[in-house]
Amino acid sequence: MTFDALLVLDMLLATLMLMLAIAALHCESLRQGIFLYIVFGLVTALAWARLKAPDVALAEAAIGSGVAGALLLAGLRDRKPRKQKSLLRRPAWQVLTVTYLVIGLALTASWAFLDAQANDVGPRLGAMVQAELANSGVSNPVTAVLLNFRAYDTLLELAVLLAALLGVLALGPERAAPRAAGPVVHHLVAWLTPLLIVTAGYLLWVGAHAPGGAFQAGALLAAAGIVVRLSGNPHNGLPSGIWVRMLAVAGCGVFMFVGLASMGGGANLLQYPANWAGTLILLIEVFATLAITTSLVLVYLGGQPDSWSSGRRKARA
Amino acid sequence: MIDLLSGVLIIGGLFFYVAGTIGLLRLPDTLCRLHAVTKADNLGLGLLAFGLLLQLTDPLSMLKVLLIWILVLAASAAGGQLIARHVQREQEDSS
Repeated sequence: MTFDALLVLDMLLATLMLMLAIAALHCESLRQGIFLYIVFGLVTALAWARLKAPDVALAEAAIGSGVAGALLLAGLRDRKPRKQKSLLRRPAWQVLTVTYLVIGLALTASWAFLDAQANDVGPRLGAMVQAELANSGVSNPVTAVLLNFRAYDTLLELAVLLAALLGVLALGPERAAPRAAGPVVHHLVAWLTPLLIVTAGYLLWVGAHAPGGAFQAGALLAAAGIVVRLSGNPHNGLPSGIWVRMLAVAGCGVFMFVGLASMGGGANLLQYPANWAGTLILLIEVFATLAITTSLVLVYLGGQPDSWSSGRRKARA
Repeated sequence: MIDLLSGVLIIGGLFFYVAGTIGLLRLPDTLCRLHAVTKADNLGLGLLAFGLLLQLTDPLSMLKVLLIWILVLAASAAGGQLIARHVQREQEDSS
């Protein structure tokens, strides 16, 4: 047996993930738990990168760790501090049930994996995707699946995001802006924001032939909005009035429009004409990025932006 | 020769990271810990980036390492300042 340095790294990553997960559930204060959860997200992103899934790694780092972490911390600021009941101090039957369920899940997953390895289970999806990749309009297999072969799923994902946004907007006015963060952070934000915008544009464009795409780009752009907001600036980079609503529905809207238009030629819903596929995918992704950005920033605001109801704000002041 | 130099730089960088972490774990209050972590980690980061730079031949990859170095430097400096400000505000509130 040869000594494999990367195996050691993988074992360390796996152990670290387990320990961070247990620590995040077991810690005393919610704040600690959130920080551990953010670190857990970053280590998970590393694990995805080691599994050669850079698309998922980017999404995990940007959405799972970054935006979700910011959301959790903002939520923590809103609620009254209270001692969290550690998971391991719950009644024994609860802990045991969860433990047995997790062990059962792990055993089932390992059995399914070994079974698929041992027996021929027919054509694999990876091979089928590779065979049809040339007809998809893009050369990145992940984007081909997300925006072409399984575009229906992605459309519904955007619809879920829109539904979540509508729920958050129903909660009332946005939460108060944080106080000004001082000159150092102000300058950092001033040159970090353009960098985030350029990187998001790059991720959106590169998604056609390398890891990247609308979700990663949207999360990064939303991060720019959240960073601007956190630095104490009352603005968040979103347009005001009707435009922000248009942007929020643009992802689903343009997707649906392209899907219905493709039915005009007698094809199925979302069955793009082959020579237009690349252009249509880029079009959908541009508006999906804008919609994801708008949704994530609005969710971070936690309600309707003040700019929607300037009358009420004046009344309050 | 280059391998040796880069190895020494990387190990030196790791040493400062370890030193910073020990400081984080052992020093008495937030400001002291912050001092240990920001100073030692910045030096460790610089040594690590320089050591990795020597291993690269592709100018584009070198540019990426330099960019990462500048970004992490700026972010940790601003983050350290934010935490220090928070501590100062808390002390002012309690006194």
